[in-house]
Amino acid sequence: MSAPPHLDQLDASSVRPPKLSDPVLEIHDLSVDYGFGREAVHAVVDCDMVLHRGQVLGLAGESGSGKSTLAMAVIRLLRSPGVITAGEVLFHSKPLGGDGSSETIDLLRAGEEGLRKVRWSEISVVFQSALNALNPVITIGAQFDDMLRVHRPHFSAAERWEKGVQLLEMVGMTGDRMRSFSHELSGGMRQRAMIAMALALDPQVMILDEPTTALDVVTQREILEELMGLRDRLGFAALFITHDLSLLVELADEIVVMYAGRLMERAAAASLFRAPRVPYTHGLLHCFPPMHGERRPMEGIPGSPPDLRALPTGCPFHPRCPWAMERCRKEMPLLVRLDGSGREAACWLHSGDATVPAELALPDPGAGALRPGARTSSTRRSAP
Amino acid sequence: MSVAPLATADPAAVRPVLEGRELTKYFSVKRSRRIFSGESRLFAVDRVSVALAAGTVTALVGESGSGKTTVARMLCKIINPDGGEVLLDGEPVPKGRPRSYARQVQMVFQDPFASLNPIHRVRYDLLRPLKIHGLGGEAPDQAVAELLHRVHLDPAEQYMSKFPHELSGGQRQRVAIARALAVEPRVLLADEPVSMLDVSIRLGLLNLLADLRDREHLAILYVTHDIASARYLADTISVMYAGQLVETAPSTRLTDSPAHPYTQLLLSAAPDPDRIEPPSLAGSGAPPSLIAPPSGCRFHPRCPHAMAICSAKAPPSVTVSPGHVASCWLHVDPSQRGVEGDGQAAGATTDSTYQRPVVASNDKHHLEED
Repeated sequence: MSAPPHLDQLDASSVRPPKLSDPVLEIHDLSVDYGFGREAVHAVVDCDMVLHRGQVLGLAGESGSGKSTLAMAVIRLLRSPGVITAGEVLFHSKPLGGDGSSETIDLLRAGEEGLRKVRWSEISVVFQSALNALNPVITIGAQFDDMLRVHRPHFSAAERWEKGVQLLEMVGMTGDRMRSFSHELSGGMRQRAMIAMALALDPQVMILDEPTTALDVVTQREILEELMGLRDRLGFAALFITHDLSLLVELADEIVVMYAGRLMERAAAASLFRAPRVPYTHGLLHCFPPMHGERRPMEGIPGSPPDLRALPTGCPFHPRCPWAMERCRKEMPLLVRLDGSGREAACWLHSGDATVPAELALPDPGAGALRPGARTSSTRRSAP
Repeated sequence: MSVAPLATADPAAVRPVLEGRELTKYFSVKRSRRIFSGESRLFAVDRVSVALAAGTVTALVGESGSGKTTVARMLCKIINPDGGEVLLDGEPVPKGRPRSYARQVQMVFQDPFASLNPIHRVRYDLLRPLKIHGLGGEAPDQAVAELLHRVHLDPAEQYMSKFPHELSGGQRQRVAIARALAVEPRVLLADEPVSMLDVSIRLGLLNLLADLRDREHLAILYVTHDIASARYLADTISVMYAGQLVETAPSTRLTDSPAHPYTQLLLSAAPDPDRIEPPSLAGSGAPPSLIAPPSGCRFHPRCPHAMAICSAKAPPSVTVSPGHVASCWLHVDPSQRGVEGDGQAAGATTDSTYQRPVVASNDKHHLEED
């Protein structure tokens, strides 16, 4: 990584990601509805997840599975008619450059003032469409200026400009782009500018909502490598939302799979990829044709994604599930920890006396299994 | 349904149903906002040749802006080429877009949310082509039901009276395919037919296309940016870069041993959970401006193997192995490079400094990184 060091993060030893047990964002029983009363659509139902410091948590799901709704609810950016009906989102703030003391904020109960302190400076968001997220009528530089004037009031105009240039260079752009308007940038550069802006205030958490979906594969790969390099250097935690499970397996430490607003499975990336436990995950993994080996007919998942306004009873996946049992049609399975592993699954096949199909009982390679992404980051980290 | 066998025969040996020869399309763009500034030409597609044979799927792969959709539109005669010709059964096709041509060649568009009229029911959408072309006979409703059945929308009666908004994305795209099939075409041009759909239903649609190829012997052009799905579905893959064709090969051969550095770059960037080594990009940068493209090979500013000749002269098409053609100087014998670029004279010679398989070049990069 040849980018210059981050302004506020010159001491490299202090930014090494701490051990995984330290949570930064805890989401408990979060439920989100669209609309009220009997008409309400339950977009997110009882979701639990924990993002650890320095971790990349992947959130995978198809469109309409509630993954973006969940993220927007977490930082209270949900637009009407979205309503958070239950839950708790705890943010354990321990500023990256700070003295190590932490403070816990319940984001769902925080007032405007409390949210103002956290939003963007501690939790930032990169949206899918940078063209919609960036202001089209002022330059990139002016947008950096705007943000820094509010959040870093002690900066002089020259310092703000300087900081903006440094941030752009950090994400692989040239400083003269400060004078560009967003329509003058390519899609990849817009997204880079967006990432630079999201990193400007040294956030502890970055929410990446399909940041590269609209980009070409080569640009996508470049930006992701840049992003993961920055993560290793700066130590922020990332919630990475995408529908592309094959990409997530390469990037994330841990993956959560959502379907119809519910969490179906949570496991370390390698475990989830090599040994899925839930039929939906199994099906989703078989939706990506491989790049190597013999070409075999693949089936994908039969049927179509559910309509949230008319969900089937019981497990929402049962109409498409090849192993559905009587119980699946009646009762909704809860996300429970599987015996002897750190992973969770919501499926009746793993409870009681049900026989687990062989496809869903493959040996777990374990969370410590060597993963391509993990290896790169460790080599990068140990590099002088 | 079966996945295409690896095409062993030279695709050129089979007589194609539809062929585009040296297709060229440019668009005029104003140089600046001033009135008398004059115009420049943007070469969206530059001398691209594709041949679609019956019972095969040909994939056209490229990034956005590479001209792949423009090629499909020219083949469908939605836009007129500025150079080159379109041949149907070896005969040049008449000007314009006559009905007789539409009977043979049909197109499926990317966005099924935009390509179906929201105020009409599915029945109307499917009856229209039947009426226009005087098909359907005595019982048009039955013909419509038959069409829906062919795209696996069963029970057909239920779908006939639905509006597009009542259907999911995958179902809409199936209706769009049924509409294209209504005239019993011999060629189906599918422009990114699955990119707007949910991942879990994409394969179902690709399997439908494979089914149409196998059962009904259609010639299908599959335009996509997703090289993994092209490998899955297609018999032959052609890769486009900046308006030009850079490589054509039987699909598994193209992904297993890509000969052009751009194809290698694409493959190194594609998500692949099975990858053992960490991904390392075989190149960098962004596609060039098409108004003032780089001299010589358009990929040379990004190419990790670029040589002096690459910026001076456009590379010839070289047959690397039977059915595998790449436009790259690396495959031209060094002694032949000075000679006027003639693909036939130069055999499948590989430069000694150049490592062909992607894996090998990945290793190299990895060592350098350490």
